[in-house]
Amino acid sequence: MTPPRKKIKVATTSLAGCFGCHMSFLDIDERLFTLLDYIEFDRSPLTDIKEVSPDCDIGIIEGGLCNAENVHVLRDFRKNCKVLIAIGACAINGGLPAQRNHLPLATILEEIYHTSPGLANGMIPNDPELPLPLNKVHPIHEVVQVDYFIPGCPPSADAIWKVLTDLLAGREPELGHSLMHYD
Amino acid sequence: MSQTFTIDGRIIPFAEGQTILQAATAAGVFIPHLCYHPEFKPHGSCKLCTVKVSGRHAASCTMRAVAGMVVESDTEEINGERLALTQMLFVEGNHFCPSCEVSGNCQLQATAYHLGMMSPHYDHFFPNRAVDASHPDFLLDFNRCILCSLCVRASRDVDGKNVFALSGRGIATHLIVNAKSGQLGDTNFTPADKAAQVCPVGVILRKRKGFAVPIGERTYDRKPIAEIIEAGRESLT
Repeated sequence: MTPPRKKIKVATTSLAGCFGCHMSFLDIDERLFTLLDYIEFDRSPLTDIKEVSPDCDIGIIEGGLCNAENVHVLRDFRKNCKVLIAIGACAINGGLPAQRNHLPLATILEEIYHTSPGLANGMIPNDPELPLPLNKVHPIHEVVQVDYFIPGCPPSADAIWKVLTDLLAGREPELGHSLMHYD
Repeated sequence: MSQTFTIDGRIIPFAEGQTILQAATAAGVFIPHLCYHPEFKPHGSCKLCTVKVSGRHAASCTMRAVAGMVVESDTEEINGERLALTQMLFVEGNHFCPSCEVSGNCQLQATAYHLGMMSPHYDHFFPNRAVDASHPDFLLDFNRCILCSLCVRASRDVDGKNVFALSGRGIATHLIVNAKSGQLGDTNFTPADKAAQVCPVGVILRKRKGFAVPIGERTYDRKPIAEIIEAGRESLT
């Protein structure tokens, strides 16, 4: 591959994620320098850019949807990115945070903020600044069209590298047995 | 074994009365399956073993081999259908592999890897069935059950205990425990039971035994399911 004249714009975000997929992305180690010959980062936890640029090429989403702000950010990424990639178990099927789906939301908030031992005069936060949690955690493909999925909790650095380099080379991404895992 | 048929052009010998799946595995040809187990009568619920015989779809676990039949199995069309079926199983349950003790040793997961499943595609059901931890040595997570009925068959036909059954209709069908209380702790289920060893997913779990095998050394870490089954069966013929 020869570096393109115009760099590919890549935005990333973590919704109801643990940032572990971003860490696994950084686990490509010094290959990150090679990657930066081909891409530039747009909005990402790794940059200071606050909004996704309207001409973004690739959006990488970690985490499922657990609150209203997650949904806004996800829709914003979908609107501005040509290709959207769901990365990690959470974005793909809700992940371990979706284990809260069988509990009523009010019960969870009550227990965490109100009735837990040691919470003197505890109350459920009610400032409009705070995004309201959704009743259930959802995978991102239930809200927007997703173009590619990289499974894993987190996917290995090699799996992320494989998908990105396949895409940059114009190939359909494919993980073999060794890079394919959900855990 | 003088009679033969073909799968994807490969000649498969078979004995009278053998199913397509039995003859294929004996010949070292992997056909994905979840509810079929060589020691039990076929069940025909998972439909993963579907093949195309003379242009028609058939479950290879229940269809007897016939001399000269032409079977298509490892094709884009059939594998595409198997992938869709696997995705349906994933969204119908809570298959959170990252915290499942059976991850790496799970036949459903290994089959999904084999079929290249990158996402579950469909909307999730997020079922809510209570865990049964009443037994001193086992716990049951019903949200991972794929209704293969292997535990039902093992307990009834091998152990002679009838501990498990499938109950309900349609999407409400679920695994139950045959005790007045519905609790495993009120049955004579023991670790030595065949039913304790046949679950292809993570429903029937031994207590205090999770995460014992290091990552990299679990069954399907080392080899894909197709290679394991093909190698295992070839030695039997």
